[in-house]
Amino acid sequence: MPARTRLAARAGLAVAYGSRLAGHGGSVLGGRVTLALDARALPRLSEGRTIALVSGTNGKTTTTGLLAAALGTGGSVVTNDSGANLPYGLVAALTADLAAGTAVLEVDEGALPPVVAATRPAVVVLLNLSRDQLDRYGEVRMIAARWRGALADAPGAHVVANADDPIVVWAARAAASVTWVGAGQSWREDAATCPACGHQLRWDGAAWACGSCDLARPEPALSVDGDTLVSRRGERIAVELRLPGRCNVANAAMAAAAAQHLGVPTARAVAAMSETTEVAGRYRVVRVGSSLARLLLAKNPAGWVEALDLLRPPPLPVVVAINARVADGRDPSWLWDVPFERLRGRSVVASGERAADLAVRLRYADVEHETCSDPLDAVRGLGAPAVDLAANYTAFQGVVGATARAG
Amino acid sequence: MPADSVVGIALLHPELLGTYGDGGNALVLAQRLRWRGVEAEVLPVHAGEPVPSSCELYVLGGGEDAPQALAAAELGDGALARAVDRGAVVFAVCAGFQILGHEFLIAEGPRPGLGLLDCTTVRRAPRRAVGELVVEPDAQLGLTALTGYENHAGLTELGPDVRPLGRVMAGAGNAGDGREGAVVGRVVGTYLHGPALARNPALADLLLSWVMGRELAPVDDGDVERLRHDRLAAALGRRARLRGWRRRVAIPVTR
Repeated sequence: MPARTRLAARAGLAVAYGSRLAGHGGSVLGGRVTLALDARALPRLSEGRTIALVSGTNGKTTTTGLLAAALGTGGSVVTNDSGANLPYGLVAALTADLAAGTAVLEVDEGALPPVVAATRPAVVVLLNLSRDQLDRYGEVRMIAARWRGALADAPGAHVVANADDPIVVWAARAAASVTWVGAGQSWREDAATCPACGHQLRWDGAAWACGSCDLARPEPALSVDGDTLVSRRGERIAVELRLPGRCNVANAAMAAAAAQHLGVPTARAVAAMSETTEVAGRYRVVRVGSSLARLLLAKNPAGWVEALDLLRPPPLPVVVAINARVADGRDPSWLWDVPFERLRGRSVVASGERAADLAVRLRYADVEHETCSDPLDAVRGLGAPAVDLAANYTAFQGVVGATARAG
Repeated sequence: MPADSVVGIALLHPELLGTYGDGGNALVLAQRLRWRGVEAEVLPVHAGEPVPSSCELYVLGGGEDAPQALAAAELGDGALARAVDRGAVVFAVCAGFQILGHEFLIAEGPRPGLGLLDCTTVRRAPRRAVGELVVEPDAQLGLTALTGYENHAGLTELGPDVRPLGRVMAGAGNAGDGREGAVVGRVVGTYLHGPALARNPALADLLLSWVMGRELAPVDDGDVERLRHDRLAAALGRRARLRGWRRRVAIPVTR
C-alpha cells in the first residue's frame, strides 16, 4: 500500500475517532477525509484483500451482516454493516482494520459499477431489484443495464444472484461465473416484461421465462424451502435465525452461497449467522416512555410488503413513519403501491415528515388513523405497552439515533 | 349518469404502467364515488386481456420504456378509441400520456401512439425532468393549482387540436415551453405523479362530474388540504408566496 494511502487512512481514522468523541457518527466523515487525501484510496485499500460486495434494493445491510458473521469464522473481517454504502463509507470500513484480509461491503445499487471496477471483488452478491428512489436511481432496468456493463468488465468476480428475480438474472448473466440461488421474490410488479427483449414474461408458480428470447429462471444451486436451505443435490440445512421473516431466510441463503464460494461450508456459515440478533437497529426493541417499540425498516413497496407481514397481530398498535429526503427518494408516490389496506381496523398513527402524504393514502385505504409527525411522540401518545414502529430509511435512522441517545 | 348503477373504472396495464404509484388514481376515483353513495368498481386490465368496452373511466400510469412499448402495442386495437367516441373519460399520466399521442420515443426509437391526443413525444431532454411540478390549470377547467411530482425524459409537444392542462408554475412540464399536459374533450394527459388525483381532489371530482353529468356533493378533504399546502409551499417557496401567487391561482390554504 502506498505511503500516501496509509497516511490518508490514519488521518481518516483520527477524524472518525474525534468525531465520535464529539458525539457524531464518525466513520462517514473519516472516509471522506481519507478520500480527500487519496482519491485512489478505494482501489488501494482493496488490493490484496478478499472483497465481497452485496447490492440490491432490499436486504443489503442484513445480508452484509450475515455474510460478515459467516466469513468471520475464518479470520478477521471488516464491514460497513451500519449501512454507509457509498464509496466514503466503504473506504471507512476498509480503513478500520488494515490487517483484516477480508472485507464484506454493502454497496448502493447505483454505485455498484464503479465500486466493482475499483475493488476487484472476489464475490458480488446481487439480491433483487425493484422500484426504489425513482427520482435518484432512475428506473429499474437502467440500473440493471449498468450492472451488466460492470460485471462484463470484471471477469475475476464470481456472482451470487437471485434466480427468482428476472431483472437480477438478466444483469448477472453478463458475469463470467454465477451461483444461482432460489431466494424468492414476492414482489413481481417490476418484472412483467423481459429485461432483455421487452416481451411479456410468463410465470408458472416460481418458474418464469420470456415468451420470446432465451431468458428464463436458471436452475438454482441452492434454494429456500421454508426455514431450510436445499442444495441441488438435495442436502437440507435448517436455518435458525434470530431475525424474523421469510426475507431474512432468503438473505441467509444468499450469504451462505457467497460464503461457500469463499471456502466456508454452508453448515458452518448458517451456524455463525444464527448468532446475529439485529443489524443496524433493524428489529431492535427500544423503550419509549412506558412502551416497548419494535423497530422495522421498509424503504420501498417490495420492502413494505415484507414488513406488513412481520407486524404482530392486533390489538397491538402500529406507527408508520415516512420521510422523503434524498436518501428516501423525494417522491413518495410509491405509498400508493403499498397494500396499506391490510392495516384496516387496527390502531394506526401516520408519522414522519411526510405524515400528510401517508394520512391521505390511509384515508383512501379506509384505515382510520391519527397523525403525529414525530415518530417517538406518536409511540408515547399511544400509551400502549408494546408498539410496532415501521419506518422508511431516514425516519428509521432518526428513531435509531434518538433512542440510542436516550440509552 | 351511467345506465348501469355501478361506475366502471378500468386500470389499464398496471403491471406495465404502474411504476410511479399511479394506480392510486383509480382508487381515488372509486373511493370518491363511494363516499357519495355511488357504487364504483376498479377493473385492472392486464396485458393479453381485452380492454373492457363498458367502463366509464380509463386510467393509465407511468412506466419504463419496454413496458410502455408493450402497453401501447396492446392498446392499439382500437378499443380505447371506441370508448372515447362514446364519451368515456380517459386520464393518463407520464408514459400513459405519451402513449395517447401520435408517437412516442423509447431507447430503441420512436413508436406509434394511439392518436387520442394531438401531441408527440419524439425528443428526449438532455437532462431528465425530476421534481415537484406545480400547474396553474387552464381557466376553462375551473380548478385551483395542481400539484404533483414529475419524472420523465421525453419532451411532449402539443398540436393545435389539444389545449394544455395548464401553465407550469414550478418544474418542467411537457417540453420546457411552459405548458403542462393536454386536454381534448374528456381525454386528459399529464406528467403529474403523486398520484395526481390524490393530491388534486378537485381534478378527480371534475373527471367524475363528466361521468355523472352533474356537480358532486363536497366531501371532507381536510387532510388533502394540509398535504397540498405543504407541497405547494415546498415547490413555490416563500418568495413566490410574497409575490402573490396564492391570489393568482386561488390556492385554498384554509377551509
